[in-house]
Parts: sequence; structure tokens; C-alpha cells
Amino acid sequence: MDFGRISRRHLLQGGAALTLGAAAGARPAFAADTTIGFIYVGSRDDYGYNQAHAQGAAALKKIPGLKVVEEEKVPETDAVEKTIESMINLDGATLLFPTSFGYYNPHMIKMATKYPKLRFEHCGGLWSDKDPKNAGSYFGYIDEAQYISGIVAGLTSKSGKLGFVAAKPIPQVLRNINAFALGARSVNPKATTQVIFTGDWSMPVKEAEATNSLIDQGVDVLTCHVDGPKTMVENAARRGAFVCGYHTNQSALAPKAYLTGAEWNWEALYPKFVKMIAAGEGIPNFYRGGLKEEIVKVSAYGESVSAEARKAADEAKAKFLSSDGFAIFKGGLVDNKGKTVIAAGTDRGQKDPELEKMDYLVEGVIGATS
Amino acid sequence: MADGSIGLWTVPLAVLGGAIRVSTPFLFVSLGECITERSGRINLGLEGTLVMGAMSAYGISYLSGSPWLGVLAAGITGALLGALHAGICSLPRVNDVAVGIALMLFGTGLAFYLGKPLIEPTAPRLPAIDFGWWSDIPQLRAALRVNVLFLIGVALAPILYWAFRTTRWGLLIRTAGESSDAARAMGHSVLLIRLRATMVGGFLAGIGGSFLSLFYPGSWNEGLSSGQGITAVALVIFARWDPLLCLWASLAFGGAAALGPALQSVGVTSGYHLFNAAPYILTLAIMIITCSPKRTLTGAPAELSITR
Repeated sequence: MDFGRISRRHLLQGGAALTLGAAAGARPAFAADTTIGFIYVGSRDDYGYNQAHAQGAAALKKIPGLKVVEEEKVPETDAVEKTIESMINLDGATLLFPTSFGYYNPHMIKMATKYPKLRFEHCGGLWSDKDPKNAGSYFGYIDEAQYISGIVAGLTSKSGKLGFVAAKPIPQVLRNINAFALGARSVNPKATTQVIFTGDWSMPVKEAEATNSLIDQGVDVLTCHVDGPKTMVENAARRGAFVCGYHTNQSALAPKAYLTGAEWNWEALYPKFVKMIAAGEGIPNFYRGGLKEEIVKVSAYGESVSAEARKAADEAKAKFLSSDGFAIFKGGLVDNKGKTVIAAGTDRGQKDPELEKMDYLVEGVIGATS
Repeated sequence: MADGSIGLWTVPLAVLGGAIRVSTPFLFVSLGECITERSGRINLGLEGTLVMGAMSAYGISYLSGSPWLGVLAAGITGALLGALHAGICSLPRVNDVAVGIALMLFGTGLAFYLGKPLIEPTAPRLPAIDFGWWSDIPQLRAALRVNVLFLIGVALAPILYWAFRTTRWGLLIRTAGESSDAARAMGHSVLLIRLRATMVGGFLAGIGGSFLSLFYPGSWNEGLSSGQGITAVALVIFARWDPLLCLWASLAFGGAAALGPALQSVGVTSGYHLFNAAPYILTLAIMIITCSPKRTLTGAPAELSITR
């Protein structure tokens, strides 16, 4: 693993956690029969966020000696604590993956405190040194893949107008919108990205209306950040617009319209986690990575992507994969109200925790966070 | 305009398009519920019927390759759920509101369970009729791509209005709803009338569901209805049990649902949560304006458990 760019604070946290864990024996090496529990907030085959995690769980099922138990549609309430309890006490799970954002605090933290010998891994949370040492949070810099989608979209769009159907203005969503817009403007400085917030993670009728409204405005390439991108992909393709996917690969839904997409790569990460534990080294409590760490990936280019767009996207990908990495959010960044949000000269690298608190839309994005 | 944009015209156009696209499920469910409630019974389970209709239409369309067969299947599923509701309610001392809530949960739960394998496949959709052929503005053409179900729904509203007033069946349904004693004195079985009315209501609600999965948004997933069935039931009260008013109310709700996204797309970005809530604000406003503490709701069937 390359943690060259991680801040010293996190390195110290990770180091402290490792020593502590080893001393207290809190992280046992996995025996032959290990049960791993996965908890999803929605349906496991939603063509989106939950399906991506379920594909990761499916990769674990193939490893001999591992048993995977799953529960879907668990709300982000006390219900998740009950599910965790039953996975521990009835199924004997020793490693748990509550995958939804709202599970982290207080629910998973409470359970991790109650069961200090078991391991909890949360997707998207911000683990800090106040949290239990047997808990951890991991997340992928999927904005890197969105940046590449933006490049392809910027070079494919004829009108220079791109559309983004988003659920809620939270940092992770804003970061994706901004990365997409910056990617598009890196190849077409006049490109604009119009964003519509639907208000919730799964609102098919609103998502379809948003898609139609954007296309009515002359938008000809769309992407989204909602739980199930199927509605946006199908409705945009019906209107003859191009799409970039999200969460998983949706090219089967609209082969002609699908350009590329930002995908999670949990099926690569989860087996890696299991290997780390089996090797006795444990999972760092704060785990992040992008394309280079194979936590996210870019969908294969669709047939409508031009040679020029492929070349530009491949070049950007190479930059992300290089040992120096590539900062999407560079110094001198101005938001769409004209305010400088990152001072000139201070590039914010991907691992900068400041980026996980993003509350602005960059110049070139049409829309507002509230 | 050279770049294909129509600027602020998007908003009225989106509201028009939304009224046509989004209103159909509201229309079918509210007309169905109108028939059921006129017979003196409330079926709150239509949310579940809508979702079951959407799921079964998608499944049958996928398996058979014919979306129209899917629509029929959705209607039959709805009628069966209606029969279940009416059957349970015909037992003594059963509260129809409670049964409705139970059936709402049952319908959605069953649809999610049976619909699991249907989320990924793509089923054949219902065709659209292009009413915008005369225009060369692509946005207008897109807004005027109308589905036959919408036209059937629009035609059904005046037909029901007429049928309630002038036909024997309409009179029977109204009698059962206004005074079950009178219907019984005429020698009719009130339970049978209500069974039929609830089944027809379920049939229409099921078809409304098939529109969701087979036309717009046009695929099956678990968030598909997001409460449209229950909104449509409320809409019947809002429309004072009048099929024609149901039509206008459905169109208004459809248009209002399109308002939030459309305003954001032209750059009115502040307060979009408020615009997304537009349909409900509209309902509250009209309810407050038209209600009075001095009398019962005008047009409410006297046998309805909420007015009795």
C-alpha cells in the first residue's frame, strides 16, 4: 500500500491502533471458519450503491473458509444495532461491514464498544482517534473516476452543457459534482454542469423529471449521484442524451448512450482486507484510496466515445496512477459564487481530510447547495 | 436558442409535461378509490396495490414480451387485492381503515419480495403516441409524447361522472355509500356492491402501477411509488369524491411534482426543498380554504367510516 500522501496525524493514529490492537489481542487472526456480516441500507441488486457492496461480498464468498451473511434494507436507526447483534450472536460473525453512511455514529460505534474483540468496518465514515480501536472506516476517492467521466463528457458534449442528477448536497456528493465539472472544464473551459438535487437517495419519479428538465435545457451528457442510477440512465438514453454511470456499470441498460462511469471496486478491496487480517497486520482504522489503490475504477469506454476523448481520459488516468498522484482540487479554486475556496498555492491532495467537509460548488457548476 | 435551449420556457413546458407524465398513476388510483369510497368503504391499501401492479406488470411484460399483457396482469392483481380487502371488511366488526393499512404493508412487502429478480432485467415498455409531430421544438415534442393509458384515464373521468349520475350501477353504488339500509331495503346486498366496487378500484389502481413501471419512470425498483398511492387516496377527499375533480387534481399534482426539478434547471436553486413540497402545500392550502367546522365535508358518502 502506498500511504505516502497520508497526513502524519493519520499515520500516528494507525500506528497507535496497530500497537494497541496487537497488545490487547483485539484483532485475532482468522481461523478457518470465519463469518463476515454485510448490512445494506437498500436492496442488494439496485444497480447502484448496495449492489456494488454486494458484489464485494460475493467476492468474499468465493474464498474458502469464509462464510458471508447479509441483510438488506436495514434502516439507519436502532434497527442496524439489532441486526449487528443478531449477526454476532446467532451467526457468529466476527467481522462486520455496515455499509451505509448513517450506520456509523452512534450505531456502529456503540456496537464496537460493546464487542471490543470483534472488528467493524464502515464505508464512508470519518474514523477519529476518539472512536473505538476495533472500528474502522474506509472509503474510495471515487471523485477521481468522476473527473475522468467529466473529461469524456466534456469532449463528447456538443452543447457544452452537462447535467448532474444528485440526491442531497452532502460533502461526498458535492465532491463528485465538482470533480466531474473540473474534469469537463479541463478539456472544455466553457463547459457548464447543471445540478438538480432530488432531495433523497431513491426518488425515481423526481430523478426522471430532473433528467427530462436537464435535457430540455440543452444538456446532452448526464451523470448522477443517487442510489440507483437506472432511472436516469434509461430516461436520458430514451431522449437521445449520453450518460456516465455511477456506483456500478450500467452499460447494459443503454449500450449506445453509455460513455463511461465511476464504479466502486469493492470486490478488489474486501478480499484485500481479509488477507490483511489473516496475515496478522490488521486493517488501518482510517483507510482511503482511489484508482491507484484499486478502490474505485472507471467503466470501459462505450462505443460512442471518440478517440480524442479516450486519449485524454487515459492520460488523466495515468496521472492518477503515477507515484506522484494528481490533485483534482488545486490551489486558487473559485466556487460558483466567486469566492476563493482553496487559497492559491495550496493544492489539496486526495487524502486531505478538508475535502471530506466540502460545502461548495466550483465555478462552472450551475446550482446551489441549499 | 441556437444551442437547442429554450430558457425559461422550460418551466411551463415541464409543468405541462409533468402533468401528462406524472399524473397518470394519481389519476387511476384516485378514480379507483373514488368508486370504492362512493360505495361506502375506504381502501387505504391502494399504495400496496399500486406497487404490486407495477411489479406484476413489469414481471409479466418481461416474461411474455408484451407490455399490454403486463397491464392486464397488473389490473387483475389489483382486483384480487381489492377482493381481499373487501372480503376481510365484510366480516363483522372489522375496521376498513385498519385493514387498508395492513394491506398497504402487505402489498408493498409482497411486491418487494417477488420483485427482487426484476430489478436488473429490462422489460418491454408501453409505446407512446407522438402528439407533438406538428412542432419542431424537440422539448415540446418530448413533453407531448403521451401514453394511451393517460388518454384512457382522461376519458374515464367524465364517463364515471356520467355513470354515477345516470346509470343504474352508479345509483346502486351511491345508495350503498349514502345509506346501506336503503340499499338493503331495495333488495340489494351491500357487501356484494362494495366487493365489486373495491375490486374495480383495485383494478384501476393496479393499472396505475403498470404505468409507473412500464412507461414513466419506466422500470421496476423499490422506490418507484414513493407514496404516490397514498397521496392519490388523499386526493379523492381533496377532489370531494367527484371523478372530474379527481382528473384536475391529478393533473395539478403531476405538474406540481415537475416544478421543483424544472425550477432548478433554469437556475432557481434556492429553496428547492420547498418547491419539491409544492404538491403537499397545495393540498393543505385547498383543504384549509374549503373546510368548515360547521358541516361535514361536502360530497362525502355518508356511510364512509371517516364521516360516520
